[in-house]
Amino acid sequence: MATANTYPRLRAVMMRIAQSIPVVVGVVVISFLLTRALPGDPAAYFAGAAADEASIEEIRVALGLDKPLIQQFFIYVGDLLQGDLGQSISSGQSVAADLAKRLPASLELTLTALIVSCGIAIPLGVLAATQPGSWIDHLCRVVVTAGVSLPTFFTGIVLIYVFYYLLGIAPSPLGRLDFIYIEPDRVTGFYLIDAAVVGDWETWLGALKQLVLPAVTLALFTLAPIARMTRAAMLTALSSDFIRTAKAAGLTNRKVLYGYAFRNALLPVVTTLGMVFSFALGANVLVEKVFAWPGIGSYAVEALVVSDYAAVQGFVLAMALLFVLLNLIIDLAYTAIDPRIGFASK
Amino acid sequence: MSDASIKSAAKSSGGLDHLIYVLRANPVTMLAFCMFALIILAAVFGPSLVPYDPLATNAANALQAPSLAHWFGTDSVGRDVFSRVIVATRLDLSISVAAVALSFVVGSVLGSVAGYWGGWLDAVLNRVLDTIMAFPLFVLAMGIVAALGNTIENIIYATAIINVPFYARLVRAEVNIRRDSGFARAAKLSGNSDIRVLAMHIFPNALPPMMVQVSLNLGWAILNAAGLSFIGLGVRPPTAEWGIMVAEGANFIVSGEWWLAVFPGLTLMIAVFTFNLLGDGLRDIVDPRQRT
Repeated sequence: MATANTYPRLRAVMMRIAQSIPVVVGVVVISFLLTRALPGDPAAYFAGAAADEASIEEIRVALGLDKPLIQQFFIYVGDLLQGDLGQSISSGQSVAADLAKRLPASLELTLTALIVSCGIAIPLGVLAATQPGSWIDHLCRVVVTAGVSLPTFFTGIVLIYVFYYLLGIAPSPLGRLDFIYIEPDRVTGFYLIDAAVVGDWETWLGALKQLVLPAVTLALFTLAPIARMTRAAMLTALSSDFIRTAKAAGLTNRKVLYGYAFRNALLPVVTTLGMVFSFALGANVLVEKVFAWPGIGSYAVEALVVSDYAAVQGFVLAMALLFVLLNLIIDLAYTAIDPRIGFASK
Repeated sequence: MSDASIKSAAKSSGGLDHLIYVLRANPVTMLAFCMFALIILAAVFGPSLVPYDPLATNAANALQAPSLAHWFGTDSVGRDVFSRVIVATRLDLSISVAAVALSFVVGSVLGSVAGYWGGWLDAVLNRVLDTIMAFPLFVLAMGIVAALGNTIENIIYATAIINVPFYARLVRAEVNIRRDSGFARAAKLSGNSDIRVLAMHIFPNALPPMMVQVSLNLGWAILNAAGLSFIGLGVRPPTAEWGIMVAEGANFIVSGEWWLAVFPGLTLMIAVFTFNLLGDGLRDIVDPRQRT
């Protein structure tokens, strides 16, 4: 989008990217504080239960814990810049490698869920706004109020009970692929894409079957805020003057609705997506636990159970950086939708 | 909490009539108030009314389907699910009320100070809040509990911390627009100290929107706390709590013992639903323009 236009647009994009730097710094500071706020003595913890006084002291020096806090912070940042998030005690691997291995599973689930939920919520909101008082408006209202009250982990369990136990159509809720299929060669780490690349449609179908229930669970959770915002934004747009003018000028209903009203209504909807991502990334952890999905959420939960703190903190940091990145993408998408936005006012 | 909004609605325009009108026109809000009363009753009197001891095991009676003797069935060690669900109300409600109260107080103080005096305090606060909001909130709560230690108190602190930005921002905005208003200047000129003007004259104006936020937040705080205990944080296994009961029941859902997870889950859902309806209802009373 930056290439297509003149200079100011490019500058606005660069400005927005620059604005996310202090946020990233803040995120790194908080996650540093979280790693140093470990209960008890981190050195004693990392040395293990059988360690004596001398070896604890050795670990303390090795980890740099004997230095002042500020110095520790710069060591931490230095490690981060080299992609070092520490060692996971439970898996014995480096946390960064573990996260990288499991991230595609989480992204595949979250993105599928968001696409499904946008695909349902936005048309639902638009229809509810164009036909106020109709059955679809009432449906929208019920979905919106009930949707925000659903505990994701509970929805997931109910779906498993109905579709796996009662109806028997869903596969057993254990991971990304049934053991009868062979894992596709890793290209992107997204099973659906990897299987399609090599043309293995049987595996593709198997992966899709495993994906449906967790994705629907997550989609149900994110449906409500998107539908609510779409409806409200469409109502505002439809009652504004430029719509009346467009109608008076004799434009077709279709053109007015999708060319003018919808395009304007998209802006607040895209803004809400930022908040929705925050919820979705959190809910992701719960959904992964329910469906034994091998993503970074269930990795963090397993790490929590065995007090593997480096893994948990690495996960928190990775999620925060992912969220900052998503927000950045959303804001940049703004410019594509609305040429008026210059970021100058922000 | 409804008191404050009723009072403020009464003071503003139309008074009690408006409240009655809203409640009559919106039976759903009425229903939410009734359900809220029921939840409070369950939290206060529940433990002394339930038919069975929520912790008493009875291996001979394990995994019984719902019946007249055990309305919600029994779990894997023969505990009565109904008693456990009711008793859990108090714990779940206390966690969320404590967390919301904490973030209400902290958010009010921070927001008032930043909104009234502005300057570098305001700038620093905004940066800190931005940073908190830069985390996916549930994930941050997980990180905080993992760092501070796995206890119920830390669940409360974590939930409070992730809620503070919402209150602080709201109060900051409300205080900031009234900082130089006529009534605030008059109060200052007649000899009140800054703190008194802020606390007694300006801050009360922020209360009605805060009440709406509290109600919506309570539902969210319950969900959050239950989610944390679902993944094994905070509450320890024999304790009755909705999140952990759903987690325990999840192991039995694939073999068809649905009542273990479904009843605590449904109760949790209804509680959250009640608070959300209540929040929407309060918003209609406090600020009818915000209706969507």
